[in-house]
Amino acid sequence: MSQNKMKETSAGKKVLGFLAANSVPVMFILICAVCIPISGFSPAYLLNEIVTRMGRNVFLILSLLIPIMAGMGLNFGMTLGAMAGEIALIFVTDWQIWGIPGVVLAMIISIPFSIALGLLCGKILNMAKGREMVTSYIISYFINGVYQLVVLYMMGSIIPIKHTTIRLPRGYGIRNTLSLLSMRQSIDNLLAIRVAGVKIPMLTFIIIAVMCLVIVWFRRTKLGQDMRAVGQDMDVARDAGINVERTRIISIVISTVLAGFGMIIYLQNMGNMPTYSAHSQIGMFCIAALLVGGASVDRASIGNVFLGVVLFHLMFIVAPSAGGKITGDTMIGEYFRVFVSYGVITVALVMYETKKRRAKASMGEQLQAAQQEGE
Amino acid sequence: MSTPLLELKNIKKDFFGNQVLTDINLTLDEGEVLGLVGENGAGKSTLMKILFGMNVIRDTGGYGGDIILNGQKVSFASPFDALAAGIGMVHQEFSLIPGFTATENILLNREPQKKSVIAEVFGPRLNTLDRPAMREAAEGAIDKMGVHIDGEMVINDMPVGHKQFTEIARELSKEQLKLLILDEPTAVLTEREASALLDSIRGMSERGIAVIFITHRLQEILDVCDKVVVMRDGELVKDVAAKDTNVTEITRWMVGRSVDAAAAAEHRAPPETETVMSIRRLWVDMPGETVRDVNLDVRRGEILGIGGLAGQGKLGIPNGVMGLYQAGGTVTFDGRQIPLNSPRKCLDSQLAFVSEDRRGVGLLLDESLEWNIAFPAMQIQDKFLKPLLGGMIKWRDEKAIAEVTKRYIDELQIRCTSSKQNAKELSGGNQQKICLAKAFALEPKFLFVSEPTRGIDVGAKALVLEALKKFNRESGVTIVMISSELEELRQVCDRIAIVSGGRIAGILPATDSSEDFGALMVSQVV
Amino acid sequence: MSEQIKKNDGTFMDRVRDMVRSFGLPRMIIAVFLLVLFIAAPFVGADFWTQVTNLFNRFSWNAVLVLAMVPMVHSGCGLNFGLPLGIISGLLGATLSIELGFTGFPSFVMAVLIATPFALIFGVGYGWLLNKIKGGEMMIATYVGFSSVSFMCMMWLLLPYHKPDMVWGLAGKGLRTTISLEGYFAGVLSNFMQIQIGKLVIPTGALLVFALLAFLMWAFLHTKTGTAMTAVGSNPTFARAAGINIDKVRMLSVVMSTWLAAVGILMYEQGFGFIQLYMAPFNMALPAVSAILIGGASVNKASVANVIIGTILFQGIVTMTPTVMNSMIHMDISEVIRIIVSNGMILYALTRKTEATR
Repeated sequence: MSQNKMKETSAGKKVLGFLAANSVPVMFILICAVCIPISGFSPAYLLNEIVTRMGRNVFLILSLLIPIMAGMGLNFGMTLGAMAGEIALIFVTDWQIWGIPGVVLAMIISIPFSIALGLLCGKILNMAKGREMVTSYIISYFINGVYQLVVLYMMGSIIPIKHTTIRLPRGYGIRNTLSLLSMRQSIDNLLAIRVAGVKIPMLTFIIIAVMCLVIVWFRRTKLGQDMRAVGQDMDVARDAGINVERTRIISIVISTVLAGFGMIIYLQNMGNMPTYSAHSQIGMFCIAALLVGGASVDRASIGNVFLGVVLFHLMFIVAPSAGGKITGDTMIGEYFRVFVSYGVITVALVMYETKKRRAKASMGEQLQAAQQEGE
Repeated sequence: MSTPLLELKNIKKDFFGNQVLTDINLTLDEGEVLGLVGENGAGKSTLMKILFGMNVIRDTGGYGGDIILNGQKVSFASPFDALAAGIGMVHQEFSLIPGFTATENILLNREPQKKSVIAEVFGPRLNTLDRPAMREAAEGAIDKMGVHIDGEMVINDMPVGHKQFTEIARELSKEQLKLLILDEPTAVLTEREASALLDSIRGMSERGIAVIFITHRLQEILDVCDKVVVMRDGELVKDVAAKDTNVTEITRWMVGRSVDAAAAAEHRAPPETETVMSIRRLWVDMPGETVRDVNLDVRRGEILGIGGLAGQGKLGIPNGVMGLYQAGGTVTFDGRQIPLNSPRKCLDSQLAFVSEDRRGVGLLLDESLEWNIAFPAMQIQDKFLKPLLGGMIKWRDEKAIAEVTKRYIDELQIRCTSSKQNAKELSGGNQQKICLAKAFALEPKFLFVSEPTRGIDVGAKALVLEALKKFNRESGVTIVMISSELEELRQVCDRIAIVSGGRIAGILPATDSSEDFGALMVSQVV
Repeated sequence: MSEQIKKNDGTFMDRVRDMVRSFGLPRMIIAVFLLVLFIAAPFVGADFWTQVTNLFNRFSWNAVLVLAMVPMVHSGCGLNFGLPLGIISGLLGATLSIELGFTGFPSFVMAVLIATPFALIFGVGYGWLLNKIKGGEMMIATYVGFSSVSFMCMMWLLLPYHKPDMVWGLAGKGLRTTISLEGYFAGVLSNFMQIQIGKLVIPTGALLVFALLAFLMWAFLHTKTGTAMTAVGSNPTFARAAGINIDKVRMLSVVMSTWLAAVGILMYEQGFGFIQLYMAPFNMALPAVSAILIGGASVNKASVANVIIGTILFQGIVTMTPTVMNSMIHMDISEVIRIIVSNGMILYALTRKTEATR
């Protein structure tokens, strides 16, 4: 009987512990549970939307995993990869290469840009150890300036752009919105199947699945092991002969290249590209989604990515409508989802920092206990 | 065995003219276990750093003499060379990845790998790890060690002893290992674990691995070593077979000074005054200097020394009392109890503290000497402030600050370009004088001085000690001085308390013999 | 002539090198760039005195926001990327002052008065949070700022404001994104004792208010508490050993920063003539951060002089590049230059080894 009770309490504790450890996803499940009925969207619509958004976003978010593994925190510099992908798309659009070949070519072209930007970012982050996140965040702003310089002023004047349709009327610079009609959903539509009215972009999902496998494989490689070691203790790793700086740079380069691919997948789904703003929010939304999935600054898994995409985008879809129904103003919901995105990142950062602090403060209690025992 | 495994010939080393090792000669055969003992600062760790090719040695001008390994002269450019030559070292601080398992740590950066096609293209770092082979290799090393630890356990979840064993297993897993240096490995072990380690040292020796074993626990040396080497003041003073000696003898060799007479000069009779500070049941959580249960009475007007080996807790006492590290117990000063964990309350009661960590705690490196000296007195006692608007505003009085700084610069012969110079530009000795001036400016009734001569040259040393003595004699300030150098304590102090194992092992008059102090130092070593 | 130059060459080069070293290369480049712009201005047809007037104006709008960086840098909390929190207090003060029916100069005073309690409350909460996460301040500050801005976006819609000048005309509720301050406190400081010499116009009142605040900041740093704040930033362990309550000092610095940010945005609005709500405060932190860095501050050292120099250089570039560059190369790349310069400066500061040799 008493044993039974013990089991119960320990089970209860387990549940509580699980809830505490996953407070962010749980909170989101609650938000969604409240908002979905209020928003009045049909399950079929929601399912369709979620599937679309999964195909659109998962690859981008996967690009965040590797720097987390290498202890460099949330890579706000993934925006760099996004910009590389956009530049590649501009060229491919200008060269009028259509459909899947266009997408593939864009991915190939994005690689050198991503590698160059990733090297730069990695080098700078090695100079700012201990504050990688805030630095990568500023880098993304800085490179955004360079991106504008290149795309808005150099393209068409210095860098040849043939077609006037994508140039600004003044003759140089790229238009604010670039139509990707030629490539629109070319990956998504190939092999797409419909199940109960829900369109499933099989090829996109296959690409994502392959990417997941690659990440799982990567974790098992020597390089992956080195990254984990560097992420946990740079000094020990260095003493063991691992080239810490190089390993960190590689992790950022990989992340940047993947982000470039992710951005191309994202944009081919959207079908048009807001030239100067597509990348500006993407980092924030990806990071927020990953954190919503239960990841933290120093720990993230593929599971976190999928859970995060589902929960975050569910909230994203239903919030404006639910907010509108409650307050009579859809803008409230729009602002609410922005607030939640930032709020989630804030909470995750605070939890990470306090956890770092708490880890060291238990020795004193031990000493006190030892003395009391002696009495 | 005609050629010894390792031979050190006339090893010499100086740090900027400061001789720390003189003519060390030493041989070690295959499978031999050598116990290396000596006080802190005797030169043990410097010798090991030379042997292990540490960068710090090369950065400070290299060393003199020859290291001969297997009959060949060697000179290691880095620890990696030393490792390749078959020398392994287990340091005092753990060098383990906290979130990895024992197996992963044992084979860190030496993991067995499975060849893959991708790696052919992109380089060998994309080989996958061969987990079964890793497990096997780690098990092999653990077996060699003879102490069983769980290879799949994550370091974070391990008791301290197991972490130590993981480190040892890592060294043993290196095929080429011929010589293993263990730097105080038993310091963190429980008694059972320590004896298991001794067994494993014997096992290694049987396999032909030579071991250099550094510890303060002399009995362990006698239990496990073939020979004992004693160092003192950078010299090798004794090299005997372990079976021919005993703990008392070793202790005497460790602390015995040829210059004893000079040190004990001009001692006054210890003042027989009332107790001014009494410490009861003090514990302090200072990493590496844990204080466990200290009871200590300090008499008014005396200079009390606190000595002991490194890591035994002598530094924890002042840091705990002054509230810099978490502490418990009771401290009474002048009949009033002083709350712990609050530096402000201590300073308000006219206690002052010169920390051993000059750069970390003692100084504002990026500010002027004036700020450094005047700051605590300004904050605690409202000195060097001009009241403005009827006392509403406490304005910094730059003139008074400059004056007091100039006074101390003259008094303590601080070498600097001006009182506005930044503290980080001064030499160690002059920085230490700034720290003293800062404490003197508080005009305390009671002063803790921690390692006042660490890392400063001889001239500055004498000046600092003299200044302390003068401060005590002329202002009647009670001083508690903590130092690793027994001789220095004997020069300055009236009585000396020895800390061992986080507790006070005993208090003796400074005039007692070095041997007595030495015996106390090693009495309760943990 | 050439001989003379040769003779002075050694000392001159030395002096330049010393200046570069103490001033920092990026700062030097920016200063020279600005100088070139000023020299080039008349040639491209931009009127010199109009440019100077512009600079004076922009300086008077922004200087207090930059000044708000100083206390937190001094106490070691790093660059205050959480500036929007203070700005929100200021916005609350401004909108409430108008809502309560104040006009003209009193509306400005009331805005400051009303903003103060908000700034204190927000500052205390913000300081409490930053004390819990010592070492990770800057990143968290950024996101505290963002979260608070996006939270207030909802509040601007929901709070029961009714003043017709401020709410959307059709709905009759919810604040507009931009609110004109005409008739309220637009220019109340700038026009006070305004000096006009030809084309040069000096907003004396606004400059005086900044001078007063800057003086108070300078004076504060010379008091006992100010000294303690500097020490906490320079070496927290030293300060703790000297009996300073670090958390309290840091809290004070955060509250000061937040309040100054609130006053700073009000100064900005009185010069600019409009209140900008919703996402506007979002990007106000970065220009202020880079301005103080351009002025010579580092992540843990800043002075009032840094504020003045930095604001002049930064605002100089902001005002000069559009006019001069546009007429020179017929491209409006001023915005891009601003982004690159300001973020490049922050990057430069972040990647340098923290000056404190701890």
